[in-house]
Amino acid sequence: MRITQGAFSFLPELTDAEIRAQIEYALGEGWAIGVEYTDDPHPRNYLWEMWGNPMFDLRDAAGVMAEVIACRRAHPRIYIRVNAFDSTRGFETTRLSFIVNRPADEPGFLLKRHEVGGRQIQYTIESYATKVPEGRRYE
Amino acid sequence: MNDLAEHVDLGALLADSHVSEVLDELDAELVGLKPVKARIRDIAALLLVERARKQMGLAAGSPSLHMSFTGNPGTGKTTVALRMAQILHRLGYVRKGHLVAVTRDDLVGQYIGHTAPKTKEVLKRAMGGVLFIDEAYYLFRPENERDYGQEAIEILLQVMENQRDDLVVILAGYADRMDTFFRSNPGLSSRIAHHLEFPDYAPEELEEIAQRMLHAMQYRLSPSGVAALHEYLPLRMKQPHFANARSVRNALDRARLRQANRLFAQKGRQLTRAELMTIEGEDIRASRVFA
Repeated sequence: MRITQGAFSFLPELTDAEIRAQIEYALGEGWAIGVEYTDDPHPRNYLWEMWGNPMFDLRDAAGVMAEVIACRRAHPRIYIRVNAFDSTRGFETTRLSFIVNRPADEPGFLLKRHEVGGRQIQYTIESYATKVPEGRRYE
Repeated sequence: MNDLAEHVDLGALLADSHVSEVLDELDAELVGLKPVKARIRDIAALLLVERARKQMGLAAGSPSLHMSFTGNPGTGKTTVALRMAQILHRLGYVRKGHLVAVTRDDLVGQYIGHTAPKTKEVLKRAMGGVLFIDEAYYLFRPENERDYGQEAIEILLQVMENQRDDLVVILAGYADRMDTFFRSNPGLSSRIAHHLEFPDYAPEELEEIAQRMLHAMQYRLSPSGVAALHEYLPLRMKQPHFANARSVRNALDRARLRQANRLFAQKGRQLTRAELMTIEGEDIRASRVFA
């Protein structure tokens, strides 16, 4: 099951040229770019590991692309995303976030039904990938 | 059918790139520096021909454009570097055309493992433009073999070689110290295609520079001021720590200070616009150079 977090996730995978163009746009807007990765695809897991510090004051996408490629080389089989942070007063938040690398096989989620008082049911989801300890998933 | 052109019009390419405007500005706004200007024209011509060759489908390996600027203080190295970034941008050699000016402190870290990320961050900021490393010889400290400067040089070399399309590196500094620096780092020297030497200014050129600086600040010299400056410059050039155009700027700043003082001493009186603008001979002659 393909996970759909961030922008463009319903589209086919972006090519490197397309990723570069998106980064150029973000830099043109004056946003700072960060590269992050994780092997826990749960939708509530919004704090991914940082690949180096966020990059401020860049003018050209070449520097970010080099980091994306380096991160892919280190973590070829897990999720990698690019975040663009807008420091403008009033925003002060991520304005653009998209996935640039994902596992070949995404096993999806188990829907768990937990019966509580009476006929009431609490639902939760659990990724099949996280049945394996961190660092050994998607191998 | 091939759609490659059979003829190429260099004139049209030149007009298209708007580079001649920057070159003319360079000629008009910077005094002297004949060898530097000639070299910049050569580089511009090379890049234009390279572009023409590309249109004709001829092999066009992008030439290496890393440079070194050597010259005494105040000879216009930083100013020319700024222009160089513009020219390279107009010729399509760099994508953004900004200048990132750094010194040793911006590249070299303070403890083990600090240098590489620091240097890489600067390089990433400079991508698409020109990285200007002022007083580059401070990167190399032969007296300390564990100095982190060496690490910065190695990362720099790698990027200069592998990412030539992404940025142009300009190393700048005083001629004699740059020579020793290049001798002890042959790898660096061989990756720099263009060595530009910035000559010292002649006294007449310095006068011209002074006039332009004053014009830009909306001041002017009275006839006695012109005469005083004419005497001042050769005297100042003989003194230690003479830094060409920078010394001229400092001298003018001190003259403005004295002019302000002189005007202030007559505060009972209404001042005219001309008086506020004019630097008199006495403002210059009060300098310690005449003592």
